[in-house]
Amino acid sequence: MEGNISMDIKVNELNDKNLMSIRHTHIKKKFTFLIIILAIVFITSFIVGRYPLTIEQLLDFFIIRHFDVSKEIPDVVETVIMNLRLPRILAAVLVGSSLAASGAAYQGIFKNPLASPDILGASAGAAFGASLAIYFSFSHYGIQLSAFIFGIISVLLAFIISQRIRTDSAVALVLTGMLVSTLFSSAISLIKYVADPFDKLPAITFWLMGSLSGMGIRSVKFACIPIFISLTVLYFMRWQINVLSLGDEEAKTLGVNTEGSRLIIIICSTILTATSVCISGVIGWIGLVIPNLARLLVGSNYVYLLPATMVMGGTFLLVVDCVSRGLFPVEVPLGILTSFIGAPFFIILLYKGWRE
Amino acid sequence: MKLDLDEVTVGYKGVPVLNDVSFSLNAGEVLCILGPNGSGKTTLFKTIMKLKQPITGMISIDGRDISSWSFDKIAGYIGYIPQNYSPVFPYTALEMVLMGRTPRLGMCSIPKAKDIEIAMESMKTLDILSLKDKAFTKISGGERQLVLIARAIAQQTKLLIMDEPTNNLDFGNQALILNQIKKLSQKGMAVIMATHVPEHAFLYADKVLMVKDRGVLAFGKRKEVLSEENLRKLYGVNLKLMPVVSESYPSLKVCIPGVL
Repeated sequence: MEGNISMDIKVNELNDKNLMSIRHTHIKKKFTFLIIILAIVFITSFIVGRYPLTIEQLLDFFIIRHFDVSKEIPDVVETVIMNLRLPRILAAVLVGSSLAASGAAYQGIFKNPLASPDILGASAGAAFGASLAIYFSFSHYGIQLSAFIFGIISVLLAFIISQRIRTDSAVALVLTGMLVSTLFSSAISLIKYVADPFDKLPAITFWLMGSLSGMGIRSVKFACIPIFISLTVLYFMRWQINVLSLGDEEAKTLGVNTEGSRLIIIICSTILTATSVCISGVIGWIGLVIPNLARLLVGSNYVYLLPATMVMGGTFLLVVDCVSRGLFPVEVPLGILTSFIGAPFFIILLYKGWRE
Repeated sequence: MKLDLDEVTVGYKGVPVLNDVSFSLNAGEVLCILGPNGSGKTTLFKTIMKLKQPITGMISIDGRDISSWSFDKIAGYIGYIPQNYSPVFPYTALEMVLMGRTPRLGMCSIPKAKDIEIAMESMKTLDILSLKDKAFTKISGGERQLVLIARAIAQQTKLLIMDEPTNNLDFGNQALILNQIKKLSQKGMAVIMATHVPEHAFLYADKVLMVKDRGVLAFGKRKEVLSEENLRKLYGVNLKLMPVVSESYPSLKVCIPGVL
């Protein structure tokens, strides 16, 4: 947030500087707070799980052994940290940030606080694409590409159909998204029905429920490139998202090439959704809940909203994953936990009406 | 700055709504457009902003045809305030004003300290700096109009188009908005606004364009166009113009409907 610091200094020259810099200091404090929470959750996640570790063991592994060569690290600790916990934690942060950021971006460009990858059908479309690819035994890249293509088809379908419906466009988009979701869910059922019950069917079923268990460092490496690129593009276009959220004509009269910008943002958001679906299955609700919570915390301006959403999304999924590992005797699929949290939140959103 | 419309016909999907509009407007002039509902005023504005293609005719700025200009370039010349506008997300008033800086920003950049300074200066010009942290969705209609005017000032364009800026405003707010528009034009901004109130044209317009039945009824200097006969034709009702004795507005008249 180097831009904010220079804002503070410059604005001081104005008469009304105080109010302005107070606001920016507020936002900076909030970001510090969010990042500290993420750090705490990040460290705690190493400790929680079937094989509990202590802070001491963590310190030994990450820091002390580099200074004190005589320090012995038990093999099991190394395996747990490097092969089990670290990939899983990194994946949780990446997937959480991606889903939340894509939700925020969809909300902005579709002018709709109820939009999200799952509601628009992007998740279902990507899941169908990936299931299809698993069924045909495609490679990692094949699965990714197929997930992306069907993800984008479903978003465009939902959006285009909603434009043709003469009713409140916010509700129309939710309805058409549900329609597209249902369509792709049925298609997934069809694939499951014809899939080999001993091999492909369990693979597809467990993966669809959404889970980070068994995450390998290879999957994380594979996912992080498209995720980083898309998050960076969205981050740099966050002012454009603000202007696009005012509506098409309004954005054009403010000089924005709406078709081009919107397409880039849809592509990036859908890559984020599809990549997340590829490595962790369908984890719903994050894209809806987190951006709206972030909006309550830092306001509507995407300059702050988007980075806040990314940090909060990563933190949220990490917490949920810890709960799923630590609280129950058997690991509960993440998709199930996030909908227990997300569904009531969605009801509150609808109840409040949001757009007063 | 000079805006010229030459025999421009506007409409939807090739069906004309308003035919053969020609006028020119110079820096510092205010053009009021009067016409019944549905006479194509908004369509005309959208066509000037390139949101719609003209069916025939040419629009030019400083003698250059704008038909091939990008939205970015147009937004550098013309600020546009649509009718009854409300965003979905509760941006603050300052953020709304900052949106006016978009044409001056690159595709991948956010407003800099200088842009914030300009936005706050333009709010100060209109005396609405106290609104800056309030949600745009929660302030009154008059305040919203002022914020959108501040946005147009921050956009630093030479021409401002306003679609019924006083619509839904109470008497005091109407006067407030119109006085600010007058001030802007005195500083050299050209202004086009649609209105349903003939007195607004008497008070603030330099030029008046009357549109009705898919065509131009009259265009010209205020004094020439705003006659009882033209207004009667325009609105299809009996009305009377009564002179008002005022030193600052020598030719001011009020329009009273329903009187022969």
